[in-house]
Amino acid sequence: MKPAPFTYHRPETRGEVDALLAELGSEAKILAGGQSLIPILNMRLSSPAHLIDLNHLHDETAGPALDDGHVTVGPLVRQSSVERSELVTERVPLLAETMDFVAHPAIRNRGTVVGSIAHADPAAELPAVLAVLRGEVVARSATGRRTIPAGECFRGPLENSLEDTEWLEEVRWPVAAADQGFAFEEFARRSGDYALCGVAARAERAGDTTTVALGYLGMGDVPVCTELPPLGASAFETDEVEDAVARVVEGQLDPVDDIHATVAFRTHLARRLGATAVRRAAAKADTAGQDS
Amino acid sequence: MTTRMFGQSVKRNEDPRLLTGKGRYVDDIEHSAAQVAFVRSEPAHARIIDIDVSGTLDIDGVLGIYTYEDLEGDFAKPLPLLIPNDGLFAPKTQYALAHEEVCYAGEVIAMVVAKDRYIAEDAASAIRVEYETLPVVADLEEAARPGAPVAHLDMEDNVSGRVSEAKGDVDAAMAAASHVYQWRFSMERAAAMPMEGRGIVAHYDESDQSLLLYDSTQAPTGVRGGLALLFGLDPDRVHVVAPDIGGGFGMKVIQFYPEEVLVPWASRLLGIPVKWTEDRREDFIGSNHERGQAHEVRVGTDDEGRILGMETNFLNDAGAYCSYGLIIPIITAAQMQGPYRIENFRYEFRNLFTNKVPTSPYRGAGRPHAVYVMERVIDKIALELELDVAEVRRRNFIGPNEFPYDVGVTFQDGGPTIYDSGEYERGLDVLLDALDYGNARAEQRKAAEQGRLMGIGIGYYVEGTGIGPYEGAAIKVLADGSVTVALGFSSQGQGHETVFAQIVSDELGVAVDKVKVTSGDTRRIGYGVGTFASRSAVVGGNAVFKAAVQIRKQAAEVAARSLEVAAEDLVFENGQIRVAGAPDLSVGLGQVALISNPLRYAFGEESQEAVLLAQRAYAQSDRPLPDGMRPGLETAEFYSPTSGVFAFGAHAVVIEIDPDTCNLKILRYVVMHDCGAVINPMIVEGQILGGVAQGIGGAFYERLAYDDQGQLQNASFMDFLIPYATEIPTVELHHTETKSPLNPLGIKGVGEAGTIPGPAVIANAVSDALGRPIDSMPISPLDIYAILYKG
Ligand SMILES: Cc1cc2nc3c(=O)[nH]c(=O)nc-3n(C[C@H](O)[C@H](O)[C@H](O)COP(=O)(O)OP(=O)(O)OC[C@H]3O[C@@H](n4cnc5c(N)ncnc54)[C@H](O)[C@@H]3O)c2cc1C
Repeated sequence: MKPAPFTYHRPETRGEVDALLAELGSEAKILAGGQSLIPILNMRLSSPAHLIDLNHLHDETAGPALDDGHVTVGPLVRQSSVERSELVTERVPLLAETMDFVAHPAIRNRGTVVGSIAHADPAAELPAVLAVLRGEVVARSATGRRTIPAGECFRGPLENSLEDTEWLEEVRWPVAAADQGFAFEEFARRSGDYALCGVAARAERAGDTTTVALGYLGMGDVPVCTELPPLGASAFETDEVEDAVARVVEGQLDPVDDIHATVAFRTHLARRLGATAVRRAAAKADTAGQDS
Repeated sequence: MTTRMFGQSVKRNEDPRLLTGKGRYVDDIEHSAAQVAFVRSEPAHARIIDIDVSGTLDIDGVLGIYTYEDLEGDFAKPLPLLIPNDGLFAPKTQYALAHEEVCYAGEVIAMVVAKDRYIAEDAASAIRVEYETLPVVADLEEAARPGAPVAHLDMEDNVSGRVSEAKGDVDAAMAAASHVYQWRFSMERAAAMPMEGRGIVAHYDESDQSLLLYDSTQAPTGVRGGLALLFGLDPDRVHVVAPDIGGGFGMKVIQFYPEEVLVPWASRLLGIPVKWTEDRREDFIGSNHERGQAHEVRVGTDDEGRILGMETNFLNDAGAYCSYGLIIPIITAAQMQGPYRIENFRYEFRNLFTNKVPTSPYRGAGRPHAVYVMERVIDKIALELELDVAEVRRRNFIGPNEFPYDVGVTFQDGGPTIYDSGEYERGLDVLLDALDYGNARAEQRKAAEQGRLMGIGIGYYVEGTGIGPYEGAAIKVLADGSVTVALGFSSQGQGHETVFAQIVSDELGVAVDKVKVTSGDTRRIGYGVGTFASRSAVVGGNAVFKAAVQIRKQAAEVAARSLEVAAEDLVFENGQIRVAGAPDLSVGLGQVALISNPLRYAFGEESQEAVLLAQRAYAQSDRPLPDGMRPGLETAEFYSPTSGVFAFGAHAVVIEIDPDTCNLKILRYVVMHDCGAVINPMIVEGQILGGVAQGIGGAFYERLAYDDQGQLQNASFMDFLIPYATEIPTVELHHTETKSPLNPLGIKGVGEAGTIPGPAVIANAVSDALGRPIDSMPISPLDIYAILYKG
């Protein structure tokens, strides 16, 4: 389990990364925390000719920052520093709630948030959370920058929407509003594993009506985001929540069989976890509304 | 009186080294050695048409590429069969490098030696093998079907061996039974997955005609014997060292895996040290698996649930080769009756080849399967007759006065299976009291009323441990008063450096940390068998005891001469040999070691006494070394048991199933175990806890997902789910102590115990929770989903 030969680059500024990518394009791979890329290289599932190691960039921020109504992270912010960030706990509570489900502490110490988004694993938590929160990423290259909304980030399993000469310099989540409530639910066989099915919920309360958006992971080629029809107060006293989730699950999710779960089992999980997430998020939106 | 160390939870001598990263594993040795990578078969069954190495020609740093054509003499023959048996009529073992036909995905086809592992893998991945694929038989029950594809081209069917045995009159018992039931049970294969894979460093020295092999093996002496023969070397010129080993669980007993022959062979050929470190993928597809059985059971009972007769007809999945012979199904058959008195019993098994990784014992070794079948049978009888599961066990137990108890079938060592001692009903009482069984049942009923799915499972086992043929210990007292103990069997972290030191400490009156135990280095002791089958403490422990007694005798004689007192008056305490009743009259054990070697020339102040003693002897016209005495305080002693000794235990688990996730939550896990006299309770607990984790893993998490083409679909720790600490509940441990009458220390083995009832308890508990029989294991949330929601 050793990688095929590659040329190793150690840029010190973001500009050098741009230049290397401009020259090497699809021949090169970016190395961030290495928690997904290194196993792929070692198993020779991919053999890029060049590796561009971001870990020696100068003057990179180590933790999340607040910027214009968004919480943002740069390319070397480790998952563990997001997990421990008070800013994130206060401003992006869904992200805070989810971090514990992303792998294990040792992996979070190395793995980056940006890397997880770039990796675009449909079973990963962070892409689904970014999508349900309507976050965005900032891509850059030698020719400039562009902001990509979460909904346009993911093309397919392990496939993001960056050009060969582009890389990600930032991920941005909007700060939570006072009337919002969130919940995250997943089922993994072991603590910290990729989930068989997971779902993030964002609920907004307006008067008696609650609108809920769900972002599923592990249920399609990319994170699947969907909004339930508005739910009245009575919905939460009855099976209306379960029915609404069931319709979304049947209509919009496209899970596959693997050795751990069949389509039918994943669908069952999506319904049960989805309903729990809706109820929890809505309850929090309720109390959030009362607080303000 | 000093405290007896035997029975104390002494802290482990090896832990400061192992816990601070100072362990020395095979991969830590010879960093500059040439490295090996292997080309392994992709198809599970194929003819090799061509091996094209032309793609490797422009890779710098390749030292050699070898295929079957390069092997000569004995190296070109199939690897040895370890345990022959009359019932084994197709004893197929594999070639070191595949010869024309490959029979499992992972079989070694070519070896690359290169400057480093990176280059070796570059070259290995550039080698093209052309195959003519052949029909694959992957499934065990399919392999038994007439007309099924054959795993080996030169065979008519897949049966490698067949054994049957009976005691009593099963047919008459069935005819007389009020109830006769017929049930089927199956268990999939499983794998040991030690943290450290296998590893080998070979250094063949042409000028010295010697071979030094570092090998992550559980049986270094066997590897040495075999390699000496194979290489045509004087065994004294072959040294095998098993340094620290990161787990073995039986997987590292096999002698030989192909790599164990090929790596030293390449070292001889190239004249340089050569090294191979198994990676995780290789471990999945190249190191032996186990379990894999399907049983058809018939059992006859009376109205009270007493078993009058029982028979099982079963299949055992050998995988592609069977170098270990029929041992796994033999153990299953021998241990199936467990703690129960079954007067009429019959079994027949067939050992079947499949196109999958070969098998050999993995912790539990045939017993988890036996216990799972037997304990499911007990629970099913209870269900049929509307009796309590604990009560049915009670009614069938062998009584405490029935020992020695002849089980009536052949044991794995070829002798009869005779239980030495046991207190099975008392064990159940301890377990049920600890669980508060009545209360647990009441809670379960309450939960059921609320629609919750709670279940209780019990699994009882008897485990044959401490098998022969023998084990040895070489003990030496050093001048500084410390004692070295060399053992032929290696340690995989079980605590050998501590428990054997405790035995020596008591006998020689030295502190436990003054006793340095080294195991698995054939330079220190050349004879031994190996660490497996829960035998090291029993067989090795008694050998250590014998050797320590002998040293004590020798030391007493020398001390008696030096102090001019009678040997019987001496006591061994705090590193000193003292005269009872005369506290000032003493000599240090280290000093005795020195003076036991009469000297002409002193080498340091302390040894002057040895010169003087020699002179004194001559002054009295005596020999300095009287007849029958040897210089130095050292000896090697061997212990050979007459038969195995039988430990026992029972586990109980309370679970709840979550209808949303179909996951299983273990609310309580209670263990009662009995391994006779306990040398170190803390170490015994550690063994049990690790075993329980492995048992739960095997029952609910770990599954080797083979497809019907013999491809393992989850050959990585991403998809092969070994439970983390987060998945293992707190285990409540209780023990009883029923000594073995068969060895001086009264001990029985414990190494495998914790693993054995895992599948049985989980299957029983889930059956109990769901009200549906769980008769194929392992299970997963996916299976529970199917039961709950798909009818
Ligand atoms: C045992 C284990 C369990 C795990 N469990 C989970 C889990 O439960 N949930 C989960 O979500 N993840 C899990 N992971 C993955 C982990 O979260 C990774 O850290 C993450 O997916 C990738 O982040 P990284 O910084 O390590 O990226 P790397 O591995 O360095 O890179 C991953 C990919 O992203 C690209 N990339 C990285 N940074 C950039 C950038 N700035 N711009 C463009 N491309 C970039 C790389 O080129 C590569 O293709 C697990 C990993 C392991 C080893």
